[in-house]
Formats: sequence, structure tokens, C-alpha cells
Amino acid sequence: MPTTPTPPSTPAEERSDGPTGDPPRNRSAVRSLLRLWPYVRPVRARLLTAAVVAVVASCTGLVIPLVLKWIVDGPVADRDTGGVWLGALYLLLLGCAEAVLFGLRRWLVARPLAGVEASMRAGLYRHLQRLPVAFHDRWPSGQLLSRGTTDLMLVRMFLAFPLTFLLVNSVTIVVGVVIMLDQEWTLGLVLLAPALPVMVVCWLFEKRYSQVARQAQDQVGDLTTLVEESVLGIRIIKGFGRHRSQALAFRDLSRTLRGTELAKARLLAAIFAAIITLPELAVGAALVLGTVQVADGELSAGTLVAFLSTALALRWPVESIGFLLAMSQEAATATERYFEVMDAEPESGTAVPAGALPAARAATAPPRTPAARPAPERGPEPTPAPAPATPTTGTTPAPTTVPGNPDVPETREAPAAPAAPATPTTGTTPSNPDAPGATDIPSNPDAPGPPAVAVVRATPVAPVVGGLRFDAVRFRYPDAPEDSAPVLDLVDLHVRPGETMALVGGTGSGKTTLTALVPRLHEVTEGRITLDGVDITRMPRATLRELVAVAFEEPTLFSASVGENVLMGAGGHAGAAELARALAVSQADFVHSLPHGTDTQVGEQGLSLSGGQRQRLALARAVVGSPRFLVLDDPLSALDVHTEALVEAALRRVLAGTTALVVAHRPSTVLLADRVALLSGGRITAVGTHHELLRTNAEYAWLMSGAADTAERATEADTEPSDRRPRAAGPTAPDETPDATGATGPADGTSTRPGRTKDTTTEGTGR
Amino acid sequence: MTAPTTTAPTDEEDRPAPPHSGGDPFDRDSLPAPPRATAALLRSLLAPLRARVALATVLLLLQQAAVQTGPLLVAYAIDRAVPAFRRDDHGPLIAVAVAYVLSAAAAGALQSGFILASARVNQDVLLDLRGRIFRHAQALSIDFHERYTSGRLISRSTTDVESLRELLSEGLQELVTVILSFVYISAVLLWLDLGLGAVAVLSFVPLYLLIRLYQHRAGRIFSRRSTAIAAVIVKFAETMNGIRPVRAFRREAVNDADFHVLNHRHERINGDSMLEMARYVVGSRLVANLAVAGIVLWGAHRVASGTLALGVLAAAVLYLRRLYDPIDRLGMFLNSYQSAAASLEKVAGLLAQVPSVPEPADPRALPALASRHPGREVVFDDVRFAYRTGGEVLPSFSLTLPAGRTVAVVGSTGAGKSTLAKLLARFYDPTSGRVLLDGVDLRELSVRELRRGVVMVTQEAFLFSGTVAENIAIGRPDATREDIERAARAIGAHDFISALPDGYDTDVRKRGGRISAGQRQLVAFARALLADPAVLILDEATSSLDVPGERAVQRAMHTVLRGRTAVVIAHRLSTVEIADRVLVMEHGRIVEDGTPAELVAGTGRFADLHRAWRDSLA
Repeated sequence: MPTTPTPPSTPAEERSDGPTGDPPRNRSAVRSLLRLWPYVRPVRARLLTAAVVAVVASCTGLVIPLVLKWIVDGPVADRDTGGVWLGALYLLLLGCAEAVLFGLRRWLVARPLAGVEASMRAGLYRHLQRLPVAFHDRWPSGQLLSRGTTDLMLVRMFLAFPLTFLLVNSVTIVVGVVIMLDQEWTLGLVLLAPALPVMVVCWLFEKRYSQVARQAQDQVGDLTTLVEESVLGIRIIKGFGRHRSQALAFRDLSRTLRGTELAKARLLAAIFAAIITLPELAVGAALVLGTVQVADGELSAGTLVAFLSTALALRWPVESIGFLLAMSQEAATATERYFEVMDAEPESGTAVPAGALPAARAATAPPRTPAARPAPERGPEPTPAPAPATPTTGTTPAPTTVPGNPDVPETREAPAAPAAPATPTTGTTPSNPDAPGATDIPSNPDAPGPPAVAVVRATPVAPVVGGLRFDAVRFRYPDAPEDSAPVLDLVDLHVRPGETMALVGGTGSGKTTLTALVPRLHEVTEGRITLDGVDITRMPRATLRELVAVAFEEPTLFSASVGENVLMGAGGHAGAAELARALAVSQADFVHSLPHGTDTQVGEQGLSLSGGQRQRLALARAVVGSPRFLVLDDPLSALDVHTEALVEAALRRVLAGTTALVVAHRPSTVLLADRVALLSGGRITAVGTHHELLRTNAEYAWLMSGAADTAERATEADTEPSDRRPRAAGPTAPDETPDATGATGPADGTSTRPGRTKDTTTEGTGR
Repeated sequence: MTAPTTTAPTDEEDRPAPPHSGGDPFDRDSLPAPPRATAALLRSLLAPLRARVALATVLLLLQQAAVQTGPLLVAYAIDRAVPAFRRDDHGPLIAVAVAYVLSAAAAGALQSGFILASARVNQDVLLDLRGRIFRHAQALSIDFHERYTSGRLISRSTTDVESLRELLSEGLQELVTVILSFVYISAVLLWLDLGLGAVAVLSFVPLYLLIRLYQHRAGRIFSRRSTAIAAVIVKFAETMNGIRPVRAFRREAVNDADFHVLNHRHERINGDSMLEMARYVVGSRLVANLAVAGIVLWGAHRVASGTLALGVLAAAVLYLRRLYDPIDRLGMFLNSYQSAAASLEKVAGLLAQVPSVPEPADPRALPALASRHPGREVVFDDVRFAYRTGGEVLPSFSLTLPAGRTVAVVGSTGAGKSTLAKLLARFYDPTSGRVLLDGVDLRELSVRELRRGVVMVTQEAFLFSGTVAENIAIGRPDATREDIERAARAIGAHDFISALPDGYDTDVRKRGGRISAGQRQLVAFARALLADPAVLILDEATSSLDVPGERAVQRAMHTVLRGRTAVVIAHRLSTVEIADRVLVMEHGRIVEDGTPAELVAGTGRFADLHRAWRDSLA
């Protein structure tokens, strides 16, 4: 059995793998499957016991022919009826034992294997949540999903059958062969003859099958991606009547998949032909030889019967090797695919101690913040069992599975992170004091190391360097070629404490990218960003993200109630009062007319809200925790004029208390800010008040003035706008600008008050 | 999904249902399928492959025949060839040898042939089923998609299809093999010895009962399992698609905990199903081994008393081992059958959904363009619209939009603007009344004709994976690269596209991760421009554009799209100003109607809005 994976008892050496880009193809199936060891380890005792039980059960089956021989050669030949009864009783006992043992095997592995699958899935989910955003940009979620579902099912099936039965069948075959050799060695040798060719065939088969199996799985992933996109983009497909061409693309992909599956079938057909024919021929030869020997009186009839029924009892173990190998092969590629994702480096500082492990799971389950999910799991919900009993085994108390796996985490963890065992990102726990200031954040166990915490704590708010500061920031997407122009090239920007800075730039100038750097969704390539003087790379991400609240351009709501969706911005320490305040700021009164008010379910599994409604909830989410720093990416784009005006008024009060960076496309949004920064060509090319920039910066005027003159324009009936603004290849200074300046904005020179105290400015701004 | 299904609630499902779920089948992920729909679906999938199915069956029949000759040859060898050989008659032994070689070769070859034939059948069925689910999901109307989450649709076409694949590729062969060997072996046993055969056949009764019991119990478990995995998928997909907010709001731990609940529920049910299988295995093995012991006891007695040949007993015992060997596998078949049945039921439920916006059976063509303008007239003729769940959005609404004019629709959220747009784009059909395009009811137009007539650009600018050029070409698949670039230029998107790493051939990757929202809206516009429709609907389509971008769009509407009928839904008054006419909507009614200037000069809501807007600027 050349490909029999190492039985679970064999200590699997943990290999630290090379870079993730490694072509996985050249790894052998056994090596791939060995990587499952950390997940199997907690249930190894069960699995081993089950394998032993299965071996015993199989061998029990092999003893039955011997009893038969005894009956035939003994009581039957002697016409001893009492002996026949005894023989039948033996048979019955052996039969019962076999039945119970096989059942026991399944009972032993049922819960543990479901647990292994679940913990691998949980580990994948946990890991994916912590992989850099850049990773998710590269990987379609369909590919990730197929790893979390189909691939893991294949792995579970492998652990349930091929792993055990390759062992069991091998032992059964060996024992069977020994029995047969013992009965009559000549016949036994004849039966053994095809073993070598069968092994060669299996070995050849394994090589080729693994390639095709991998191909098929990848194609399934592509298909999943297409399905997902077609569902998510359904409005566009419908809007352009493109469902047919989409269906064609789907058909092509699924036909390709069909071709690959058929190639798999051809390989299977070949191996089955060999695996069935060769042993059967050997049995035939043994039969002929045996018959001759019986005729010559060299062999008893009972021995021949026993011999042949042993040979036939071995038929299933031998034949099954074909599909067991196929299943193993598929499981191996599934494992490879799984670890392709698991090997990707998570964001530093967010590494989880091998999430999948029971110990970690038990510990992470409890901190479900009451605020985040008011609906309590009542009754016998077994899930967040904080008890040491590992969830993997469910109700079955299996002491062997409890021990944690201290050796496992190191292989996947970022080296910097001390294996803080199973610590939930404390940022969300209710125990956090709700002061969002950096200095108040308690030492976070998730921190990359003590020094970082020390820095955070030791640095008081330094007025000179306070606020949000970009210092020669250069950024290039990690997967962009080295020589490509960076998206952001030496950005220097200082948002003073308490100040609101608008960020203006042409379409695609990198505004959104810039905002993504603040909460470290992407890492700066060069330079640094500081919050109140502390480099954001020196503080734990959880702390950073607690300090900085973001409203994304694309307002994503999760499957939860409206209230939960908003309150998730506050990290668990906000209640109804904060919720009401945040909803008031974003003018989201519509929630009160929803079927269940703030308890209405939204997102994937609930009510679908309009873009404007979602945007208002996303805004409420950003402001609900009274964050120290606020990053808003075009927060009012989907609002109607009336609502926009109301939100702006309310938002002004919020902005007065925070340091904020607001991406703006329109003057109305710009006017929320004290100063404006113009992002152009990857740099901040100008900073000043709206009016200063309108006067002095041609590009800014070009970006903004249109809206200003619209105010005038809308009052004029029937004007043809297309010829009003010549398309400028570059920035132009349109003649309306001075005009516009007069019409817009407060003329109070907001930029001249950098050192003002936060609260007094509220009313002064913009009025 | 979170609500208990029709099965008895158990601890796994004992989670509070979302308050609004009521009896909505959408919430329980169990769409009603007509009775026997599952079987009908399976039949209709297999019907076109009748010949291949027959071929596969015949191959398997022969293969089993070849396999099952073994013990017969053993009996013959012991009872005939041995005595013959002792008489120096080598004939019977040679016959045995030849027969064995032939049967071995045949068994192998036929097995090969069967695998190939059945793989063809399986793959064709899966291809068909995948295609059906996909096409049907695409044909279903927007209101369906608004209620049936994408995660569920994905799970229908992945895990549910996968479980059918398992049934077909492993299960079905098992079933046929098992049934065939039952039939063959019973027949041979009866032929060898009536009494022994009868005992074997009798043992089928308790086995059958066991199987039924298992099937019944496992069926319920599998149905729950399929629901549980779908919940896992929904959560998984939602998280991965919203990874940015997940990160920014530190949702990781909470998500882990939520996922753990769903994952654990699935784990429990998964374990339950395996335990059920264990029970079945014990039961069936016991019955089988009991029967073997009984038959051996009786047979041995008869051999001892001389009424049965030894070879017959040997053959009978060999056959019995074979007879009961596959009962485990029968359990595995039942496993995959149950899980496939549960999946197929869900798929059948999906396929049974009737598109609420069906294509006409007998489409009408649009009349030739009346004027040299490419625009067409739009009439809302006493249209009413209410959502299925209740709540009238448009109470009796009539409106005529003359060809070639640009109409802006403004109003607060929920005023019915988007509904108006969706009715005109035929994303929905009106509850009563008609929407006419040049006098033709939209419901009578083929999809092709309709989309040449009406195109809608929405705020949500989704990009498909593929290149930028391919994304624009969605507007008109046969467009040349020049056409695509012309459209992009007209909308002012050419510059940024050219600046991308591979220009128009840049892969937008995962839903345009690297292309900003504003740029995506420009691509969406280029699409619409390329489609060159008679009626263009812009539903908040410029929300993420900066002022120059918006200008470019407006310019394009006055140049490339000049003469088209345009409906512009906008929150921003700068967008509205290009309109010939402005409609102000409130609670599903038009409350003001006139040119922008007229309305601004008046005292109505538009004037208020305009004033508020100006205030926000000043």
C-alpha cells in the first residue's frame, strides 16, 4: 500500500512552509494530508481507537471462514450435529461482535470528525477575517467559500473513511494473506502475485489523478465566483438584458468542469479495470490449483472453502483501495487549497492562536457583547460553552481531546505576536472603558508586544504633534509591480486636533486609498501616519481602530438589527442613548417607521434598505462611539438635498468634538470642514480654506466651481449647460470662480483658528 | 433560516426567530415546491439521457453477472471438477479455469465501461442542473433577489449541486449494485437450494424495515443540515464581502462568535447524521450475521445428514458474505440520497419560483421610430404598485413623458422615485395599469427589444471580474474596441482607464476593488452609452462623481445621447438642472410638475428644496 497515509498515531512533523506562492502541485498527497495533523491531533485518541476497532472488526470477519472450515472439516464430516450447533453459535457471536464493533467505530468518530470539520472551518473564517484587505482584493470570495465548504467536506470524508480504511484494509489484507499462507502457502503465493502490479498501477494513478482533481476543484471555485457575481450584479445584468450572455459564460465554465470530471472518470475507469481484474485472476488461478490439490487429496475440501472465502472476503478491501485512493487524493488537493489560504500572513498583531483549535474556540465564544446581539441564546443552546469541555466533541466527554495544542500556533502566527492564548480582540469587550483616547486604552493583550503598549501609554497628548498627521506617506498596492507609480507619493498632511479637514481630489486620485491607510486597512509603503504623535504602526490595531471610526463610501450593513449595525461602531460600550443620538445626527428617523424600529433585521437576511438609508446608518455607525478620529468617505453622496442639509447641520456638532478627515466631492460637504486639502498626482498640492483655494488654486476651482455656479444656473431656465464648461484637459480657472466664491461658504476664515478649543467653534463654523 | 423549520424544534434550532419572519418561507429558506417536484425534477434531468442511462444499467447488469459467477464456479469445482479430476477428466477443471479468466476480465472491463458511461450521465445531469439553476436565478425578477439572499442562491448552485453529484457518482452505483446483487444472489441461492434461498430472502424483510427507519430519521437530519450549512455560507459570504467594515469596526471577535454558533449548529447536525448512520450499521449487520449463522446451521445439518452437497453449502456461504457485504454501502447510498433529496427539494423550490416579471410568450416589436429623434415616448397609464408584502408605493399614477425630453424626478426617500424607475425598466410589473413605450406595453416586449429601448444606470455600479473593456461591453457585447473607447471618452473615463496598468485590459479583480466608486460609476455610464437606448434612466447614477465627472455625464447626455428620452432621479439639484421638466414626488404622487425655473420661482416644495440647497452652499 504505497500511498497509505501515515496512521494518526505517527507523530507528524510540523513543517513550516515556504512562501505562500509555492506551487502546490509538487507536494505529494501524503505531505499535504500530514498538514491536517494539528486539527486531527485533538481527536487522535478517538480516531486511533476507532481504527483499532475497525481492524478488529475486519479481522473478526476474517475468522468467520476459519469457523466455516472447522464446521465443514469437523462436525459436518463427522456428522456431529452438536458440533454444528456449536459452530453456528461461534458464527453468531463473531457476527454480533463484528456488527457492534463497526457501529462502535462510527460512533467513536462521528462527533470528533464533525468537530474537526467545524474547527477547520472556524479557523479558516477566523484567519480570513484577519488577512490583509489586499488579500481579499486578490481572492474572489467564491474561491474562499468553496474552500470553506466543499473542500472541508472532502477532508472530513477523508478522515472518516479513506484514512481509517486504508489502514484497516491494509491490515485486513495482510492478516488475510497470512491466514491464507498458513492454510496453504502455495495458493497464498498465487494470490499474492498481483500485489506488485496493483501497487504500480495505484502509484501511477495517484500522480495523474491529483492533477486532474486539483483542476476540477479550481474550476468549481471559478464557477462559484461566477454564480456569486451574477447574483450580486443582477440589476446590471437585468438592466442590460445580459442574462443570456451571462448564462453562456456559465455554460462554458460548467462545460469545462464537465470535461475535467470526465477526465477524472477515465482515470478511475482505468484503475478499476486493473484493481478488479488482476486479483480476480489470481483467485481463479488459486481455485484451479486448489481443486487439483483437493482432487489429489493434498488439501481438505474445508481448507479450500475457507481459503476461497477468505480470498473473497479480501475482495472488498482490495477493490476499495481504488476509490479510497481517489478520495484521499481529492482530500489532499482540498487540503492544499485550504492551506493556500491559511498560509497567507495575517495582518501583524491580529494573528490568532490557530483559531481552529478547540481551546481557542472555547475561549473566544463567550465574549459576545450583550449590546451587539441583544437576542440571547436561550435554553440549551450549547454553543458558547465556556466550560473547558471542548466543543469539538460536543456532549461526548473525551478527556483526550481537551489538551490544548501549544505546539500548533507557532506555525501560522506572525512571529512578532506572542501567542496570547485565545484572546479575543479586547477592543470589543464590554469591559473597555469608553473613553476613546489613546492614552486611556488599557494594555491590550493582542498587542504586538509590550513596547508598543508602552509607547501608547507613555505619550501624552502632545499639542505640537497632535491630531492626525501624514508624514511623507508613499503607498503602492502590495500586488502592484515594483516599478509602477505609487498611488500616493509623499503625502504630507496635518489635521490638527479638533479640526475637520476635507480631502478633495479628482476621480481616482487616491482619496479613498488615503482614508484606508488611517485604520491600517492597507499598510503605508513608506512614511508614517501618526495619531496624536503616536505612529499608528506602533499601536495595536484594535486600539487604532477603536480610536478611528470610518464611514465607507459603500455603506455595508450586516445581517443584524438596525440597532446592532449602528452600535457596532461603538465597540460594545454604547447603549440606547448613544444609538438615539447617532441616529439623530445622521437623520435616520426612518428607522422608527420600520416594522420593528431599531430591532428590524437588515442586511443579507433582512429588509433591504435604499442606498441613502444605508448611508445614513453607516454614518450613524461611524459617529456612535464618539470616536476621537473620524474618517468619512463621501458620507453624504446618496442623500437627498433636504436630508443632506439636516445631516450637515447635525454633523457639524459632532465634527467639532473630533479630529476628522472627510472626503468631499461637493462644496456642501467641503463646508463641513475647517480646511481643505487637495490631493492631486498622489500628493497634497494645496491646503487652505475653501475660499483661499477657490481663489488661488485652479485645479481646486475646477473641481468645485461647477457646483457653485449651479446655484446660479438652476435659477436660469432653459440654459444649455453643455457649452458652459469647456472640457478642460487640465485644470482651468473658470471665469465664474470669483463669483462663486462670493456665493459660497462663510467668509470667516476658518483656517486662521488652528489652536481654538473644540467646543466653542461649533456654532461659528459655517454660519 | 433562523426560524425553526417544519421539523420538530430541537436545541440546535432553538434560537429566537427574527421578529418579522412570521411565516415567510424566504426567512426559513424553504420555498414551497409543489408535491413531487423533487422527483419530477430528477426525472426531467434524466429523461434526455435515457439511452445512456440504459447503457450504463446494462453494463452494470453484465458486470454484476460476471462478478457473481465466482462462487458458482467454486461450487462447480468442488462438486464436479474434483471428482472428474480424480477420474482423470480434466475437462471440467479447464472449463472452470477458462470461465474464471473470462469472468474476471469481463468484470474489470465492464466496470471500466460502466464508470465511463455513468460519468457521462452524471456530468450531463449536473451540467443541466447547474445551468437550470443559474438561468432560472437569472430569469427571476429583482423582487425575488431582494428577498432571497445571494448566499442562499450560491449555496443552491454549489453545495446542493455537490450533494447531487455525490449521489450520482457514488450513491447511485451503490444502489444499483446492491439491488442487482440482491436479485442475482437471491436467484442463485434459490436455484442452488430452495430452502437456503428462502431463508436469505426472508432476511430481507427486517433489513428493509431497518432501511426505511433509517431513511425516515436521516431525512429529517439532512434537511436540517442543508439549512444549517446554508446559514454558514451566508455568514461567510457576508463577512468576506464586507471585509473592510468588518476590519474597521473590529468585528472579528464578534463575527467569530456568531460564526461559531452557526458552525457549531452545523457540526451538531453533522454529528447527528453520522451517529444515525452508526445505528443503522449496527442494526443491519446484526440482521445479516444472524441470517448467515442461521443458514450455516441449517445447511451444515443438511450436509451432515446428506441432503445437501458440500459445494452448495460452500457457494451459499460465499454468496451470503457477498449478499450482506454491501448493506453498509446501502447506508452510504441512503446518506447521499437523503442529502441529495434535501438539496434537490430546495433546488426544486427555487426552480418552482415563477418570475414575477415574465418574458412574453408572443413578443411585440416596437414601432419604427416616429421622428428622427432616437427617443421614445413613455406613458404610465393608471399605474398602481404595491409590494407583495403590502404597502402601496404608487397609488394610481398616470404620466406621459414625451419622446426626446429629459425629465428629472426629485423627492425625499420613499417618495416612490425609484419605484417609478424600476417600473419603467421593468424590474417590476405594476400591480395594475400599464407602462407603455411608444404605445407598446412593456410586458409585451422581448428582453432584447426592451433593453434596446430602456436602460437604467443605478447608483450601485457593480463591476464583474474581467477587464474594464469587458465591463463596458456589457452594454453591447458585439461592440468593437473603438466603440468601447469612444463611449469611455464621451463620458470622460478614457483618461483614468488608460492610466490603469493594462489600460482597457486591466482586470478589475474582485468587484473593482482598485477602481474608485466614482470611476465605477463612469464605467457604468460608458456601458449605458454603448447600449445606446431610446430611454435612459439614471437612478442616482452620479452620486459618487465629482463635479467635473458630473459635468462630463451631462455633456454626454447632450451630445452622444441627445434626443433620447431620459429620466433622471437625483438628489442633487445640480443634476436636475439639465432637465427640461422636473417632477416632485411625495408619497407616490406627483405634487409639482414644471420646468426647473418655474418650480424655483414658485412657492412649492421644489422651491423649498432649492432654497435649502442654496442655504447649504451659503
